[in-house]
Amino acid sequence: MLRATLKSLLARKLRLILSGLAVVLGVMFVSGAFVLTDTLGRSFDTIFSDAYVGTDVGVSAKPKIDVNEMEGMPVAATFPAATLDKVKAVPGVASATGLAMADGARVIGSNGKVLTSFGPPQMGSNWIGESGLVTLREGSGPTADDQVAINAGVAEAAKLSVGDRVGVLTLQPKREFTVVGIFGYSGDRDSLGGAQEVAFTERAAQELMLGQPGVFSELTVKAADGVDPAALRDDIATALGDGYVVKTGEQLSDDASAGMKEGLAFFNNILLGFAGVALFVGIFLILNTFSIIVAQRTRELALLRAIGAGRRQVIGSVLVEAVVIGLVASVLGLAAGIGIGALLAYVFGQSVGGLQLAGIGVPASAVISSFVVGLLVTVVAAVLPALRASRIPPVAAMQDIATPDRPLTKISAAGAVVSALGGTLLALGLSGSSGDNTLWTILGGVLLCFVGVALLTPLISRPVVSLLGRLFAWSVPGKLGRLNSGRNPRRTAITAAALMVGIALVTGVTVILDSAKSSITALAEDTIQAELVISGAQTGPRPPSFDPAVLQKAAELPGVAMVAGLYGDRAQIGDKQAWITATSDVAALRQIYRATPTAGSIDSLGPNQLLVDSDTAKERGLAVGDTMPVQLSRGDAQTYTLTGIYAKSDLFNGFLVPASAATNFAVPQPIQAYLQLAPGASVDQVMPKVETLLADSPEVSVADRADFIDQQTSQFDQLLTMIQVLLALAILIAVLGIVNTLALSVLERTRELGLLRAIGLRRAQTMRMITVEAVVISVFGALLGVVVGTGLGAAVVRALREDGITQLVLPWTEMGVFLGLAAVVGVVAAVLPAIRAARLNVLGAIAHE
Amino acid sequence: MTATVAQDSQTAARASDVWKVYGSGEAQVVALRGVNAEFERARFTAIMGPSGSGKSTLMHCLAGLDSVTRGTIHIGDTAVTGLGDAGLTKLRRDKVGFIFQQFNLLPTLTAQENILLPLSIAGRKADPEWLDTVIDTVGLRDRLNHRPAQLSGGQQQRVACARALASRPDVIFADEPTGNLDSRAGAEVLGFLRRSVAEYQQTIVMVTHDPVAASYAGRVIFLADGEIVSELVEPTPDTVLDTMKKLDGLSEAGH
Repeated sequence: MLRATLKSLLARKLRLILSGLAVVLGVMFVSGAFVLTDTLGRSFDTIFSDAYVGTDVGVSAKPKIDVNEMEGMPVAATFPAATLDKVKAVPGVASATGLAMADGARVIGSNGKVLTSFGPPQMGSNWIGESGLVTLREGSGPTADDQVAINAGVAEAAKLSVGDRVGVLTLQPKREFTVVGIFGYSGDRDSLGGAQEVAFTERAAQELMLGQPGVFSELTVKAADGVDPAALRDDIATALGDGYVVKTGEQLSDDASAGMKEGLAFFNNILLGFAGVALFVGIFLILNTFSIIVAQRTRELALLRAIGAGRRQVIGSVLVEAVVIGLVASVLGLAAGIGIGALLAYVFGQSVGGLQLAGIGVPASAVISSFVVGLLVTVVAAVLPALRASRIPPVAAMQDIATPDRPLTKISAAGAVVSALGGTLLALGLSGSSGDNTLWTILGGVLLCFVGVALLTPLISRPVVSLLGRLFAWSVPGKLGRLNSGRNPRRTAITAAALMVGIALVTGVTVILDSAKSSITALAEDTIQAELVISGAQTGPRPPSFDPAVLQKAAELPGVAMVAGLYGDRAQIGDKQAWITATSDVAALRQIYRATPTAGSIDSLGPNQLLVDSDTAKERGLAVGDTMPVQLSRGDAQTYTLTGIYAKSDLFNGFLVPASAATNFAVPQPIQAYLQLAPGASVDQVMPKVETLLADSPEVSVADRADFIDQQTSQFDQLLTMIQVLLALAILIAVLGIVNTLALSVLERTRELGLLRAIGLRRAQTMRMITVEAVVISVFGALLGVVVGTGLGAAVVRALREDGITQLVLPWTEMGVFLGLAAVVGVVAAVLPAIRAARLNVLGAIAHE
Repeated sequence: MTATVAQDSQTAARASDVWKVYGSGEAQVVALRGVNAEFERARFTAIMGPSGSGKSTLMHCLAGLDSVTRGTIHIGDTAVTGLGDAGLTKLRRDKVGFIFQQFNLLPTLTAQENILLPLSIAGRKADPEWLDTVIDTVGLRDRLNHRPAQLSGGQQQRVACARALASRPDVIFADEPTGNLDSRAGAEVLGFLRRSVAEYQQTIVMVTHDPVAASYAGRVIFLADGEIVSELVEPTPDTVLDTMKKLDGLSEAGH
């Protein structure tokens, strides 16, 4: 029996390839994601273990607040230089070095622009001399406070060489330095994973990177010969007491890697999400292929039953076929995934500025998930066709029974129930009443909606396909094609449903993002009473910032009525972390945002006073006059008094403190400023003057309000493009599905095609007939997708009304493009099956048994 | 008129008062009306009748491929009526063999693999001596590794016969086995079927409308309008043809 199955499988290689291809693509995505994150993870392991190679024990102070890198910029706490002497005195310490090191040393390249970083840190530290890791390639270390040494990566990217003057932005505004040295790392590396490094003198580093002279952020300790680092760590911890974090070099390296891998895992999950979509679509394709194959093998399967095969053996034979396809596809997908993973790792390494990749590895997780996913998807998709196969009566071996057109009542009823269930779940998730499981509830709802609609599709397909067909069918071959696409509603439906999923997701996301963009634009235009805005594009955890002196100077410019500068950071307020904003002029900000007080006064802010929006106040149970401890990124906790509550706006909310507090922010410089012009002043006159003021703050620029809003909403477009690219895979798989269905239909209708050719249908007409069938199916799928996607998108937009997404924007252009693309896709998908049909040997086809 | 069918304890298959009704109401078709028939062991029986007489339906019911509306079917001692799918599957494995008009060989398997297919489905080993005998009888020794597409129609049908014989079933049901063959190839197959009855005591029930084919059988029963109307023992093509003509006359007179 097994042999019969395998032989029959081998005899139909085309079928094997087509149904397997969808799985190959899905598995490729899955294994590629794992290979990518594994390779990058191990590359970072190497970097971090290198970075800590000279450290037996590291000492740092407990951070003031524990900020997650996804939310803000973590700031290392500082400790007095005297700690260094205490550590040196601990027995077993061979040497100890104080480091004044922090992220945020931004080098201004010779083109006047800040060297950007898309992830790797921009480290500023004190020069502690050469080591096993660091070697000077040129020049020397800095000996004066206006000298720096830079790593070779920075030198190359900023086109700097020894002797050049270079501007560096730190906690303080731009300062000029002379490059006296360029250093590299062991293994002839220009940088560690693309990290930019600038080395100052100790005093300059303390002042510029830590904001305070005489403090360190970290100590690296070398143990004396024969001293165990772990024991030494415990000794140092005891000697220093509370408030310090003491770890061995190995721990530090592991911690750093673990932190990095958390970020990579997030990346991994996104890729896996898209793989999931691709595989979901793949299930439709496989299900359809197997259904068609079972239908075509009715006689053969009935024969097996007649000569004694049991139901289970028939089910088994179909499932074995699925397992073989799943296995082969998993192997191919894994191989392709390794290639894709390696390619992406290379691209990633290049994009962060030369990450030296560890060898491409294939982690067990990639292999296991590839096979589990590949097999599971194929077998799950084959279960229904297998059950159907087992119900073929043995007597079918002797009769030419046309499989009766089963009524669509059952499947439609099931579809209605599943759709309703999905809709309910979706509504539940969107209304926020499912608590922590909101995301899963929504995803489950969307999934069920897709399955439900897919089940309803055969019913819908009859009228819609016949209508669509009329659009394309103006000739006899066209008419035949239209009738063909309507003759097996289930087959047409599943093929179209696969396309529907991809198109629906893209449409849904487009509806949501377009609506959000349009709502925010309208809101911003309506709310922000500022003609000019200073801001920059953020590329990493650190927001771009500018010299606070610009605020004062801008306010004094002729034609400027008022200026409100904004600073931002995470802070520990009471028992919860929250985003906190500081402003240079609360009265101006109030006018610019048209804020209205609901309690207390919001016109002024003194030291240790704060304002909050009405929603947050309600949520935290705060009233004017309440006091609360506030811990900022630097300094000690202080008690603040709530002096006013303002009405919540969708553009501006949260805690507001005076600019004086911003000196203890992670980024103590303004990150945005709104300028309101005096009546009669023109934007064209003022803007160049503001640009001049910003000459030394190259991270930001000034824009008029419309441009600013465009900049702020452009991220939606980027997000949309990214999602469209990733979903293209799902659509590609759906196209394969159309090719597959057509190819199998052509095979099935060999006799009929032969007859048509025999009575005079030309080759070109045959091809046109097949093409019309394909176009009708794919346009039908796209139409369903657009409708379902619009529904899903509109539901989400409706649910977000409270969050400020008040406008529903339907992307008519995109929808039109999708339908047009679907027609093109249909034509492309029809090429191979049409050629096959046209090449048919007429005599052979009719004589064909 | 209902023909009396010889009672014999050596019965391979038996139909007792079998009714088969398709559809209901206006569209109701009665295919079998209380058929009583016995098929002795080691005998070659042909079922004949004009189209629509119910001969194929009778065979399908006898073989357990189709359910009966009323009455009982026995194969050997097993009551076929009332068996579930598992029971029917077992019956087909152990007691019944089939030969089809369309040959119905698996195109992807060789002749030998096709012959062994029922045994391998049942997970049984073939008796090598018997297999050799069968292969030699059908004369396919030099064609064993060919695929169906490489064989002539007659050869394909001989493979199908060998497949039916390989598991030594109690009964082989043959459905118009010569319908798709020319007269020479048909004669070969029929001759071979007769030999397997004479030499190996195989029981064969064959449905046909060809008087020449029916003359190879040891006994012919005639159906018309779902009833057994006549019977011939040791028929010749002429006697079969005469009976058929009589039946045609009867049914024309009846209508």
